[in-house]
Amino acid sequence: MKYLTEFRDGELARKLVAEIRSAVTRSWAIMEVCGGQTHSIIRNGIDQLLPPEVELVHGPGCPVCVTPVELIDKAHAIAAAPGVIFCSFGDMLRVPGTAGDLFQVKGRGGDVRVVYSPLDAVKLARENPTREVVFFGIGFETTAPANAMAVVQAQRLGLSNFSVLVSHVLVPPAIEAILGSPANRVQAFLAAGHVCCVMGYHQYPALAERFRVPIVVTGFEPLDLLDGIRRAVLQLEAGTATVENAYPRVVTFEGNRPAQAVLADVFEETDRAWRGIGVIPRSGWRLRAAYRAFDAEARFDVSGIRSVEPAACRSGEVLRGTLKPHQCAAFGKECTPRAPLGATMVSSEGACAAYYNYGRLVDLGTGRIGSAGAVACPA
Amino acid sequence: MSGVNPDNWTCPLPLRDYPNVVLGHGGGGKLSAELVEHLFLPAFRNDALAALGDAAIVPPVAGRLALTTDCYVVRPLFFPGGCIGDLAVNGTVNDLAVSGARPLYLTAGFILEEGLPLAALGDIVARMAAAARAAGVAIVTGDTKVVERGHGDGCFVTTAGVGAVPDGLTLGPERARPGDAVVVSGAIGNHGIAIMSVREGLEFETIIASDTAPLNGLVNEMLAACPNVRVMRDPTRGGVAATLNEIAGRSKVGIEIDEACLPIDPQVWAACELLGLDPLMVANEGKLVAVVPPSDADRLVAAMREHPFGARAAVIGTVSDQHAGMVVARTAVGGRRVVTLPVGEQLPRIC
Ligand code: SF4
Repeated sequence: MKYLTEFRDGELARKLVAEIRSAVTRSWAIMEVCGGQTHSIIRNGIDQLLPPEVELVHGPGCPVCVTPVELIDKAHAIAAAPGVIFCSFGDMLRVPGTAGDLFQVKGRGGDVRVVYSPLDAVKLARENPTREVVFFGIGFETTAPANAMAVVQAQRLGLSNFSVLVSHVLVPPAIEAILGSPANRVQAFLAAGHVCCVMGYHQYPALAERFRVPIVVTGFEPLDLLDGIRRAVLQLEAGTATVENAYPRVVTFEGNRPAQAVLADVFEETDRAWRGIGVIPRSGWRLRAAYRAFDAEARFDVSGIRSVEPAACRSGEVLRGTLKPHQCAAFGKECTPRAPLGATMVSSEGACAAYYNYGRLVDLGTGRIGSAGAVACPA
Repeated sequence: MSGVNPDNWTCPLPLRDYPNVVLGHGGGGKLSAELVEHLFLPAFRNDALAALGDAAIVPPVAGRLALTTDCYVVRPLFFPGGCIGDLAVNGTVNDLAVSGARPLYLTAGFILEEGLPLAALGDIVARMAAAARAAGVAIVTGDTKVVERGHGDGCFVTTAGVGAVPDGLTLGPERARPGDAVVVSGAIGNHGIAIMSVREGLEFETIIASDTAPLNGLVNEMLAACPNVRVMRDPTRGGVAATLNEIAGRSKVGIEIDEACLPIDPQVWAACELLGLDPLMVANEGKLVAVVPPSDADRLVAAMREHPFGARAAVIGTVSDQHAGMVVARTAVGGRRVVTLPVGEQLPRIC
């Protein structure tokens, strides 16, 4: 664990903060793409350490949050079907669909199970040959390789009772969509370290150049984030727009080639709807025709589903970085983790949840977190 | 498993004819009587129980009576560091102890699922007996019911406890005052992670064991050193976060803790990082949280460290007059965050 403490060192953090403060001459908006980064920022109070000129904007990188409500509703319909064992990561169980969440489906008798790996779902399919086992395959490029492997494995094993409800989304098209929007105010990006670990960052130089925007590949520990912010600020102040890797202990330019090969074998690019944002061209993956037998949407008839999103929820704006969670009128009132209106309030990576769980000291006027007395820490 | 082995029992209608629990064990007939006579009585052994009355009759006690009851449901029944049996005894002993009561008597109710191996039940009961001995309490009455296969998780245990609170002592979550120190008795999160790792088949490099333990001895030492302790709670489900939030809410004060002061075992920390869990929200079964006036804090921690179950006691924060009802943590890098309550169970994250 020494490995982790090194990336949380208070002394080093103060040095990085000092460097950021002395470099800043004007206001900048920097987006951290990934919800894991958002949570680390709020959970560690990093936003409070920054000078007022540096504004962190939270990005669309939470797979739970961006899964469209239609797909959640399809998941519920499949999970409620007789004979189905519906497997999902824990995160998805509380995400509200049009009529409740997966916990409610489970409460009404659906066999919904939390798994830690898609391979556990494959195992369940082997052990329960008379049941249909369906895995909810959501996530960015980080979770996709394991899901692809599960499909490959199921094919090797000749399983005819295993399928995946696929809702994979890709980061670079989302960045492009944000930058291309007329409402965009993001001036630099902290790219998601885990995604780049799989995919590398060779897609980014073209984006940085085309939109004149610095992109820094950044990890999730407090010092990783502070260093990423520091590098982004230095580039912004210097007027440069290049791609930097501030997470070299995990990320290489090429990424994980074997993982990319499995992904290319199993998935193909497709247009995908993002919850609250709308369809982004070529921003998702679906199973290739050769693996159609494992596509849950093809196996179960879920095409006639009508979905409704709560009108009050502004998570689309939150995910695009144009609205802070506490600026939503429903935040903390009609919308809390107990009774969420949007996925961003339930997901462990959702920006609304991060603000609600960790950041309720926020001064709504300034968006900064209030400072009360110090905490004593006797040795 | 090491406890009672039904093969060694000799009796006219030996239990070994039934190596597993059958419905008849809950029917009130011969099989039920056998279970009591050959399994529960020898393990729990005490006069009040041996009388086998409809109620246990015990001598009068001095002080105010404290009563508590708790149901124990845990899967798997046996896990690193303990089983449902010692959990059921320690949990109830601790609920009494942190209320300031000296635990005296327990009752035990068993709901058994048809098919449960009697050897496993024997082991659970043997460990309950050992835990009761260690805590200095007697299990004086109980009940057993059997449910059909598929209607239970092997074994559910309910324990109720009776204790006596000495005159003049009052502890309660509504008694914290600004300036007070907040103390924990040792490393947090071990029980919840131990259960999760066996239940979900997660393998960590080192085995993480539950911290289940009776805390009445530690509480005695604490009260002897600092009769002014204001609050004691055992942070079980919901972890330290739930306990601190309860104290902040009931006392209408703020609580500020420092994450750097939290005793957390490295392997528990690593597991929490991996699963995206907050160690403050993970369950404990052998820890307590105390609130004391600031002038007593050092003395209290020193006294706790003398006791094996308090060896890693530490001050983790202070009570404040700001943000009443809210718990705030100072993070390692110097920021601050709210420590909230999980809505339901904590769910492991996606990536
Ligand atoms: S606070 Fe709730 S309603 Fe508002 S954007 Fe977030 S999830 Fe939607």
